[in-house]
Amino acid sequence: MPIIEIVFYLFSLVLIASALSVVTVGNPVYAVLFLVLAFFSAACLWILLHAEFLAIVLVLVYVGAVMVLFLFVVMMLDVNVSPGSEGFTRYLPAGVLVAFAMAVQMFLVIWTRGMETVPMPEPKEEGYSHTRELGELLYTDYLYAFEIAAVLLLVAIIAAILLTHRKRPETKHQDPSRQVKVRREDRVRLVKMKSEGEER
Amino acid sequence: MKIETVILLIPLLPLIGCLVAGLFRHQVGRAGAHWVTILAVAGSFLLSTYVAWEVFFNGLPVLDYSVYTWAIADGIRFEIGFLIDSLTALMMVVVTFVSLMVHIYTIGYMHEDDGYQRFFAYINLFTFAMLMLVMANNFLQLFFGWEAVGLVSYLLIGFWFRKESATKANLKAFLVNRVGDFGFLIGIAAVLMYFGSLNYGEVFGQVEQVEGTTISIFGATEWSLMTFICICLFIGAMGKSAQVPLHVWLPDSMEGPTPISALIHAATMVTAGIFMVARLSPVFEASEAALSFILVIGAVTALFMGLVGIVQNDIKRVVAYSTLSQLGYMTVALGASAYAAAIFHLMTHAFFKALLFLAAGSVIMALHHKQDMREMGGLSKYLPITAATAWIGSLALIGFPFFSGFYSKDLIIESVKLAERPGVAFATFAVYAGVVVTALYSFRMLYLAFHGPTRMDEETRAHAHESPLVVTIPLILLAIPSVLIGYFTVEPLLFGGALSDAITVRAANDVVMMLADKFDGPFAFGLHGFVTPVFWLAMLGVAIATYVYLFNPQLAEKIRSRVMPLWTVLDRKYWFDELYQKVLTGAGLKVADGLSRGGDQTVIDGWLVNGSARMVGRMSAALRQLQSGFLYHYAFVMVVALVALVASYVLLR
Amino acid sequence: MLTLAHFLTLGAVLFAISVAGIFINRKNVLILLMCIELMLLAVNMNFVAFSRFLDVMDGQVFVFFILTVAAAEAAIGLAILVVLFRNRRSISVDDIADLKG
Repeated sequence: MPIIEIVFYLFSLVLIASALSVVTVGNPVYAVLFLVLAFFSAACLWILLHAEFLAIVLVLVYVGAVMVLFLFVVMMLDVNVSPGSEGFTRYLPAGVLVAFAMAVQMFLVIWTRGMETVPMPEPKEEGYSHTRELGELLYTDYLYAFEIAAVLLLVAIIAAILLTHRKRPETKHQDPSRQVKVRREDRVRLVKMKSEGEER
Repeated sequence: MKIETVILLIPLLPLIGCLVAGLFRHQVGRAGAHWVTILAVAGSFLLSTYVAWEVFFNGLPVLDYSVYTWAIADGIRFEIGFLIDSLTALMMVVVTFVSLMVHIYTIGYMHEDDGYQRFFAYINLFTFAMLMLVMANNFLQLFFGWEAVGLVSYLLIGFWFRKESATKANLKAFLVNRVGDFGFLIGIAAVLMYFGSLNYGEVFGQVEQVEGTTISIFGATEWSLMTFICICLFIGAMGKSAQVPLHVWLPDSMEGPTPISALIHAATMVTAGIFMVARLSPVFEASEAALSFILVIGAVTALFMGLVGIVQNDIKRVVAYSTLSQLGYMTVALGASAYAAAIFHLMTHAFFKALLFLAAGSVIMALHHKQDMREMGGLSKYLPITAATAWIGSLALIGFPFFSGFYSKDLIIESVKLAERPGVAFATFAVYAGVVVTALYSFRMLYLAFHGPTRMDEETRAHAHESPLVVTIPLILLAIPSVLIGYFTVEPLLFGGALSDAITVRAANDVVMMLADKFDGPFAFGLHGFVTPVFWLAMLGVAIATYVYLFNPQLAEKIRSRVMPLWTVLDRKYWFDELYQKVLTGAGLKVADGLSRGGDQTVIDGWLVNGSARMVGRMSAALRQLQSGFLYHYAFVMVVALVALVASYVLLR
Repeated sequence: MLTLAHFLTLGAVLFAISVAGIFINRKNVLILLMCIELMLLAVNMNFVAFSRFLDVMDGQVFVFFILTVAAAEAAIGLAILVVLFRNRRSISVDDIADLKG
């Protein structure tokens, strides 16, 4: 068995096992950690598929940012979910049934439509960069989509901030527009009074 | 000033006047309104006279040009354009002159009316529309003018819109005219379809090529295309010119103020049909059958409508039936291919019939809007000028020699005798008999209104006095052409070829030219008129009227009871109204009621509108049960749907 | 020998697991979100596999965009979750049924 197949089966097993753990473990903290593991294995598989850039992105962005965010939220919210909570066993048969039906259907599609005969193409010559090719494609054919994706991320940032932002009445802050608008009369009050020397 | 500018100004002046008087009536006030409109029409009249002078005396060539292209669709041009030839010039002068007289007269007649400015705006608008009609150089503009005068007629018949009979009458006029217009529109559409143009000149040029075409409308029966087109167009004329059986609206239109009865329903608008046939003479000449049809329709109208006039008591209705009868005469002339004679009669009739209407209006004013002749009598003492002008009008109407009506009517009768086509025998009888009838009802009206014992009550009599100058001056100004116009124009118009650039008659049909040999000057013709049977027939009618209504008033009642059935027939106007009411209106009402209840209320309101709303409501009531609001329910449905989708893909392919 | 079918099968298994996960963990929104991430990973796996086997780079471009959208979705989803928890002191799906018809 060639090394490439060994690698494939190894990481596939890890991936499936961690995915199963994600959905069954119950405790969200563990689930996130298993998800991280799943992403790592997927990244390894993608390297096997010559998608080096995406593999790195998956690890850096997904594991590094999104999963950490998940973890952060999970810990911050402090939800106490008991593993195997009510409903777990109740809905297990239905879930497994539907998932099984779906899997069978997809296997039928995959294994009867000639896809099992598509061999892995020969690797490109040395010095060929998939990342470079991906970059060229992104910044030419998919330029608009790329920019829209950027805007989408911006919107997501703003939306996330807006949703979670809280006005705290007790915090002190400056209002520049009110500072600019201020007039002399608001600040200085002229008072007339007798000089004190006369009285003496 | 260029002649094109003059021509453009002629219809535009009344339009401007109408807009000023109509839209700014509070700003211009009553006097302002009548000054603006009268000046507009007067300007229009003067310019028309100038154009007519150029056409008839200075040999202005026929002008046929378009002013504005409204739209071009599929190569067909919809244009506003003017065709200025002798016929147009003549009509322009007649229309603007009568209109001017009526404008002046209206100052007196509508003196106390609240809708003073509105009335002036309407009649100015009418003048504009009528001028657009007669000046058109294409069918589209003709139709525009046609409908526009119909609209103004509708507005003016219902001028006193608080009176129920007036609103009913204007609705009736409108609806009956729609029937005619339907035919007219089909005719125009047929012209467009087979000639590919709406321009008069282009259509006339193609008549010879199209003439032999036949079409089949119902089943396999082949119709001559020209006959079909001509009859359709003439149906339009029947509506507008109130020919049997579409005449029923004209007597009822007398609900409107008298000035518009004179202007619209006697002198100008109702003659639009006659004008149209004469204008399209090259087309109508191509169909013998259509001309026969026209001849018979005209003859029926001329005789039978005149008969109804004998039994009317309302002074305006007598004149209205007389108008119907005279329109019948014109139609007969058209049917006999004597287009020039028809136009000639149209012109003389415009003057003397407007005169008669305005005289009747003067009487009505003097008697404070009483119109029943049984309550008049002996008015010549109180209204001498009115009585004199009414006499002149009546003499012209019955065709007394040397009066204008004599020339035109006599020539129509002579033309009909010479014509050769089916129906001529009946038409000849009808026009001869019509002469007696005309004389009878004309003099009956004269005697009942102006002579004999006075039958009105004391108060009315005390207030009866001659009308003001604004009323009598138009009467006098109309009386002059009523007497003289025939004498001076008969020779150039009919035999001098003044209309030959506008009217086309095929040599075989040209009855007017056949008469030319016998014609030796208007004076000799007038003298000869005293010894013709027509004159003696008219005198017979006058004599009967004089004996019965002047010397032996009880006799009328006796005769009436003797021939009661006949009298009833005439009094009910041959039951046309009842027939239409029962058969057409009744059926129409039933259909409309059925559609309203079955179609509108049940299907549209009940099923489509409320039904769909109800269905949406019920369905949402049912569907809202599905909306549990729980996220996993939706997810479940999505997943199951996905499974089903993939299953269908796997199993079906 | 590795073929396209192997990778697609892996994607299918991942997808089925995440569907099952949605069914099983129907109470906990957090895990639901993670299941969705997993689902997207399955889809991405397919894209990458096709890209490799058919030798078309566009598949990877799609994965790139999916990652972008997934990141945005995760951010907003978590933000909503935080607000929800703040208002209700709970993230149980059973408590959220305001859209009931």
